[in-house]
Amino acid sequence: MSDLTLLGVKAIRDGVAAGDFTAREVAEAFNANVAAASELNAFIVTTPEHALAAADAVDAKRAAGEELGVMAGVPIGMKDLFATRGVQTTAASAILEGFKPEYESTVSQKLWDAGAGMLGKLNLDQFAMGSSNETSHFGNVANPWKANDGSNNVLAPGGSSGGSSAAVAARLAPAATGTDTGGSIRQPAAFTGISGIKPTYGRCSRWGIVAFASSLDQAGPMARSVEDCAVMLGAMAGFDPKDSTSLDAPVPDWAGALNADLRGKKVGIPKEYRMDGTDAEILASWDDGIAWLKDAGAEVVDVSLPHTKYALPAYYIVAPAEASSNLARYDGVRYGLRDLPEGAGLQDMYAATRAAGFGPEVKRRIMLGTYVLSAGFYDAYYTQAMKVRTLIQRDFNDAFGECDVILAPTTPTAAFPLGDKLDDPLAMYLNDVFSVPASLAGLPAMSVPSRLNAKGLPLGLQLVGKAMDEQMVLNAGLAIEQRAGFDAAPGKWW
Amino acid sequence: MSVTREQVAKIASLARIKVDEGDLDHFVPEFNAILGFVEQLSEVDTSSVEPMTAVIEQKLRLRDDVIDADPLTGGGKQAEVLANAPVAEHGFFGVPKVIE
Amino acid sequence: MSNYRIEGATGTWEVVIGLEVHAQVTSNAKLFSGASTQFGAEPNSQVSLVDAAMPGMLPVPNRECIRQAVRTGMAIEAQINAWSRFDRKNYFYADLPQGYQISQLYHPLVGEGQLTIEADEKAGIPEDKVIRIERIHVEQDAGKLMHDQHPTMSYVDLNRTGVALMEIVSRPDMTSPAEAGAYIRKLRAILRYVGSCDGNMEEGSMRADVNVSVRKVGDTELGTRTETKNVNSVRFVMQAIEHEVRRQIDVLEDGGQIVQETRLFDPNTGTTRSMRSKEDAHDYRYFPDPDLLPLELDQDFLDECRASLPELPDAKRARYTGELGLTDYNARELTAEVETFARFETLLAETAKALGKPEAKVATPVANWSLSVAPGVIKALGDEGDMANATPARQAAILKMQDAGEISGGQAKEIFEIVLKTGREPDEIAETDGLKQVSDTGAIEEAIAAIMAANEDKVADYRGGKDKLFGFFVGQTMKAMQGKANPAVVNQLLKDKLG
Repeated sequence: MSDLTLLGVKAIRDGVAAGDFTAREVAEAFNANVAAASELNAFIVTTPEHALAAADAVDAKRAAGEELGVMAGVPIGMKDLFATRGVQTTAASAILEGFKPEYESTVSQKLWDAGAGMLGKLNLDQFAMGSSNETSHFGNVANPWKANDGSNNVLAPGGSSGGSSAAVAARLAPAATGTDTGGSIRQPAAFTGISGIKPTYGRCSRWGIVAFASSLDQAGPMARSVEDCAVMLGAMAGFDPKDSTSLDAPVPDWAGALNADLRGKKVGIPKEYRMDGTDAEILASWDDGIAWLKDAGAEVVDVSLPHTKYALPAYYIVAPAEASSNLARYDGVRYGLRDLPEGAGLQDMYAATRAAGFGPEVKRRIMLGTYVLSAGFYDAYYTQAMKVRTLIQRDFNDAFGECDVILAPTTPTAAFPLGDKLDDPLAMYLNDVFSVPASLAGLPAMSVPSRLNAKGLPLGLQLVGKAMDEQMVLNAGLAIEQRAGFDAAPGKWW
Repeated sequence: MSVTREQVAKIASLARIKVDEGDLDHFVPEFNAILGFVEQLSEVDTSSVEPMTAVIEQKLRLRDDVIDADPLTGGGKQAEVLANAPVAEHGFFGVPKVIE
Repeated sequence: MSNYRIEGATGTWEVVIGLEVHAQVTSNAKLFSGASTQFGAEPNSQVSLVDAAMPGMLPVPNRECIRQAVRTGMAIEAQINAWSRFDRKNYFYADLPQGYQISQLYHPLVGEGQLTIEADEKAGIPEDKVIRIERIHVEQDAGKLMHDQHPTMSYVDLNRTGVALMEIVSRPDMTSPAEAGAYIRKLRAILRYVGSCDGNMEEGSMRADVNVSVRKVGDTELGTRTETKNVNSVRFVMQAIEHEVRRQIDVLEDGGQIVQETRLFDPNTGTTRSMRSKEDAHDYRYFPDPDLLPLELDQDFLDECRASLPELPDAKRARYTGELGLTDYNARELTAEVETFARFETLLAETAKALGKPEAKVATPVANWSLSVAPGVIKALGDEGDMANATPARQAAILKMQDAGEISGGQAKEIFEIVLKTGREPDEIAETDGLKQVSDTGAIEEAIAAIMAANEDKVADYRGGKDKLFGFFVGQTMKAMQGKANPAVVNQLLKDKLG
């Protein structure tokens, strides 16, 4: 039998359904890859038994002639931000170490209901705060890709969904869940040569996902093809009455409607994304993308998103503000870590617990958020940022008056070595410059691999669509995927 | 605008995060770098702009007044609620004694 | 204007009082979760994962809680904001699992309204007074801490956590403890009429934060105020104000300053003290809750809220004195409590039907019966009576016999007593137990003739101008009739016979 771990979501599902192989064989193959890849540190906990049990259930259903779900027989990695019943859920933070939820997140439940199994809980930046997966309490994740310049540096897999990107790129899982607050699906996907889509805000329920910034957080799939993303997103999305911001709209058959023929469609190229100092190879990749979409029949038009430069500063007010409040519940009373120094009172216990439980980046953002919300600063920072958010949304609305989808780079650089930006938080934040605007506007956005740079590292192209128009994003992504012919994979060194 | 050591210490206290002098040594300059960066927002003329209220335009749904309509968000689950507690006794969460 | 003044060592002081009343909204489930609002004996038994602020849990608002707050707003003639928002109030405390309370600061559901407290000379309220209400907003209640169960720990019970509260914020329009007391009683009556809160202060369904400041008479600037939290009875609110007023005046007259602070009321001593635990929580970092969208109410919703409002205390009182012709006293007493007017109106309708008369014609006897006669009998009977026997139909039957002159007031009481004890029907009791007045003129005439014959001297005296002897003849006749003669008939016949 050929190596099942080279197969993607749809191929596995169809193969299991056709009887080409069993779900158990698939689960075993991926479990083996996971077990052999501890050096990548992509998983915080592995759950081979969960993957096998789900696979056996699918095999039994097939044997009984029952209808199989859209993810039947597909073992996946679950970002450790999703609550999984009885399985440790930590958000990669010491403050939640040992926490075993008594509940299952809506998105993970939907995936299990669709026949998927869980290989394990994937590493991430602590509370999804980071762009390199270096803020995890459970150690760095290694990008399976290495530069061909002989440096042999271990590179960052991107963040915050760094465990997800590394696992999918290294064939430890055919797909994984991610969450995206300011680029946490798209940036790691770009850094590891895979695809990932953040749907419209509200498409995927946030119920049971450890919150970072409520008005930005959105779950989405990460996989090795646009079609696999479409299939998995279909299983993850859907109205959830338990989430007040969940969109009460039917979930289209994105996978079924995939169509790379872009004739009659307009692709917008935002001029503000041509920033000074952007890597020449990134710009070249962007030009490739333009040519490919033209080739697919689209008309390319210039659009303007004038407030682009204010997106990142607005994001670094809004996201920390929401986080400072969302993370107040980690206080050592009802779950997770408690640090109770001798003779400490309640408030001392809070301060000690949170000092011991949160990593430096999380503390930095909580404090920043506390500051911008504090008396006397609220209007200058938070209200102003939310007004700028309105302007950014308006920019997109105006641009979408002239085009159907926007094409831009996903990141300003390729993957960088671990440790490179660790001492300079601001430099790290700047890595999200292209991904944050779509997050602030709640728009569907996707990264697809375009090419390898001179160092042999993957680059990604980003597609941003109108609200609710994931189909256009996926279709344009598919058009790029078909023309980029990106089939490179990292050499196995782990 | 830049913040002082004392301000950062006060923010940390408000956020209930214990910090020591060493923490402040790096938090203060980092804070100021980030604040300097976000400061550029003040350039934007937003005098006629409303702050964003809903990311995607939709109305807040209200649920019916039914107890335990969805067991996932209903009550009657003392064991589940206490399952992960660092200290749980006699059905209560335990915390260091509070003087009101 | 109240005339409440305090003479201090340095001059005369007056008081400014504002109240923030937290009223628990009557609902089955909590404001943002499906857990029950019933407090079980078991701690943490009515707690959902949402209330316990488990990671990833989200709030979804309960329509009924919003509806009740809107109806309450309408009942105080307030501006209803069809667009409002929930904000987070951030602070750390063991009774607050989320680390923030979902409340409404910037855009409350209900804006400016008012209520009227009635004149009460005895309490120093010379005339009706309008108290303005700044706003009503909806928010989550916190949990409960138990401090006396363990030597070194406090215990946390989250059963209350997330129950919907209305915070009803008055303007600082009250100037005496009596006005504050009257305000709370009136507000409580309105809430209970509307059905938005059971008003049970003992069980904590209504608590008041009492803001008090003092100033010298004639000063226009407000003094620094203190806020005494969670005072849970009208009496305690008045005590807390009295104590704070005295304390603040003492501090100021000793050359000190009032610290703007949160204080705690001790019901055992009637005093207040500074509340250390909330000292550092001044910077609440309010911001719109990003888990919730703006709350937009459509016209249908608002129309239903208005249409479902009952007749409110002021309107009802006006109708009782106007249409029904009741005295001010009776109208006030009958409208004070929901149960009282409900019983009255049921009995009134029943009695009017039984008598075939309009309600206005029978309202006064029904009111007297409801307020004094019936309660007197019930009280005297104590445990011997069963209220279930006192159906409106039976009470109406008694009132009907009395109206027809078939029974006397005393007989009505006796019959009601038997009804309460036995559940027998009043008509049958009157018949069987002989509790009926004699209106048969023949029998009464016979008795009068005998009495006149036996008291010829008195008849002569009466006829000679000693009018007062008429009472003697009435008494003798009633005695001869064993109290069962209809007094009106007796009077009439005596007048005829004595000439």
